[in-house]
Amino acid sequence: MTPALSLKNLRKVYNEKFEALKGISLDVMPGDFFAVLGPNGAGKSTTIGIISSLVRKTSGMVEVFGKNIDTDFSSAKKYLGVVPQEFNFSMFEKVEDIVLQQAGYYGLPRNQALQQTEKYLKQLSLWDKRHTPARMLSGGMKRRLMIARALVHEPQLLILDEPTAGVDIELRRSMWEFLREINAAGTTIILTTHYLEEAESLCRNVAIIDQGVIVKNTSVKHLLQQLNKEVFIFDVVGELHALPSLIGYRVEKTDEHSFEVEVDKGQSLNAVFAQLTAQGFEIVSMRNKSNRLEELFVAMVNGNKDLSVATQKEVQS
Amino acid sequence: MNAQEQWIAFLTILRKEIKRFTRIWIQTLLPPAITMILYFVIFGKLIGSRIGDMAGFSYIEFVAPGLIMMAVITNAYANVSSSFFSAKFQRSIEELLVSPTPNYIILLGYVMGGVARGVAVGFIVTIMSLFFTKLSIHHWGATLFIVFMTSVLFSLAGFINAIYANTFDDVSIIPTFVLTPLTYFGGVFYSISLLPEFWQQVSVFNPILHMVNGFRYGMLGVSDVHIGAALIGLTACVVILFAVAMNLLKTGKRLRA
Repeated sequence: MTPALSLKNLRKVYNEKFEALKGISLDVMPGDFFAVLGPNGAGKSTTIGIISSLVRKTSGMVEVFGKNIDTDFSSAKKYLGVVPQEFNFSMFEKVEDIVLQQAGYYGLPRNQALQQTEKYLKQLSLWDKRHTPARMLSGGMKRRLMIARALVHEPQLLILDEPTAGVDIELRRSMWEFLREINAAGTTIILTTHYLEEAESLCRNVAIIDQGVIVKNTSVKHLLQQLNKEVFIFDVVGELHALPSLIGYRVEKTDEHSFEVEVDKGQSLNAVFAQLTAQGFEIVSMRNKSNRLEELFVAMVNGNKDLSVATQKEVQS
Repeated sequence: MNAQEQWIAFLTILRKEIKRFTRIWIQTLLPPAITMILYFVIFGKLIGSRIGDMAGFSYIEFVAPGLIMMAVITNAYANVSSSFFSAKFQRSIEELLVSPTPNYIILLGYVMGGVARGVAVGFIVTIMSLFFTKLSIHHWGATLFIVFMTSVLFSLAGFINAIYANTFDDVSIIPTFVLTPLTYFGGVFYSISLLPEFWQQVSVFNPILHMVNGFRYGMLGVSDVHIGAALIGLTACVVILFAVAMNLLKTGKRLRA
């Protein structure tokens, strides 16, 4: 099957000094919901910039659904919709005009452009604002406008560069729902994000970029299986006077009403509950201390010892 | 992109550009009309009546083609330089750069937007001038060709200026320090035959002199320069600037990182 996106030995050197990408290769298959993670300056936005042709690559190859962006750029770009990190539309133009113009740049006939503009503005709850100048929109609306604009020509591959940065939780959830829907309808989605919860919740596969190289490229499920331990926070009824004594588990006080327990891979939570019950602790709720993918991510970019052997092998292969 | 899709993309850019300058007509269409009325009142009626004839025409008849051409030049240039730089500044130019629209369509779209404003302002100024003098067309072909090609040339120049510009100051430097002096010394208000021999020779190197005189020839049938050479020179300049602008778009200079 032809990948939706194929990168081969992609390199980017800025000003003949800084090597932002050191020959990354990556395949994203059609229908995938793919996350690209990495700390600031890792090369995520440079990669998206090259794919969308806003950044000139130093060397390497990019293909979108088998179409080379150098030799068949027109076809390649038709497959592609890009939602950048920063707002990049004219603040003086009306919402409807911005989306309609984008349809025109892709050669959509006027009637079709009008229909699709209406469709996506309605889907993203912007139809009532269609005659409003973009500068009058809230931050969340501006972000949704960029998604509507990227979708108006109905691309088969949608790339979003940190789409929910600075967006409130409610809006973020509704955007997730929308992205899930269009992915289910067949659109391949590639997402860069700082919200690792976002990647864990939405994506099937993930690549982690650090310092211009891909340090991990696997499924989210497989990645989470590598997690050696998780920390759970237990909230108790009333005030916590003394910590429970849990044999085989590290226990630490979190605050006056809760404590945390470190559970290694293979250890049972049933055993934890059994010991807590035996010691008379009444638990009202339990949660993960932090996002699981976040723990892995931090471990990887910091060269965590537990994971380094497995990671190095995959990077070299 | 097939030919029809390219045509749609071109019309989209052109429509956007026309919409932009008509939306802000108080900044784009009204000032040249007011300025030209002042020129006609002061240079045409008040001072012009004392100057007498020039090249066989009353002074107001003589300056009218030059004033129209001056408005066309400044507005074609200003439209593209400000619009394209603004798109670059706000990064909305990325909408076009990520699309399959070919570079030559991007360039043609912006240039024709500049031509549209140049011609629109030229038309408005021509209507204004009719309140002060009678106008006739000696050679329709030369008149329309010169107006069109001059608009194209200065739209291209504005486009190149906008690509190189980093700040709004950079956009105003060329019109203020290059375009305005060349226009004022380009035979708008006088025939170069009034100048000493040396300055006549120097004036010949001013490209705007050829455009103003070419247009004056089209309207009045008189010119300080050879019309054939002016038309060829104008066409050559358009071809050169088009090639320069295309090369800048191809290499992505100041547009792509």
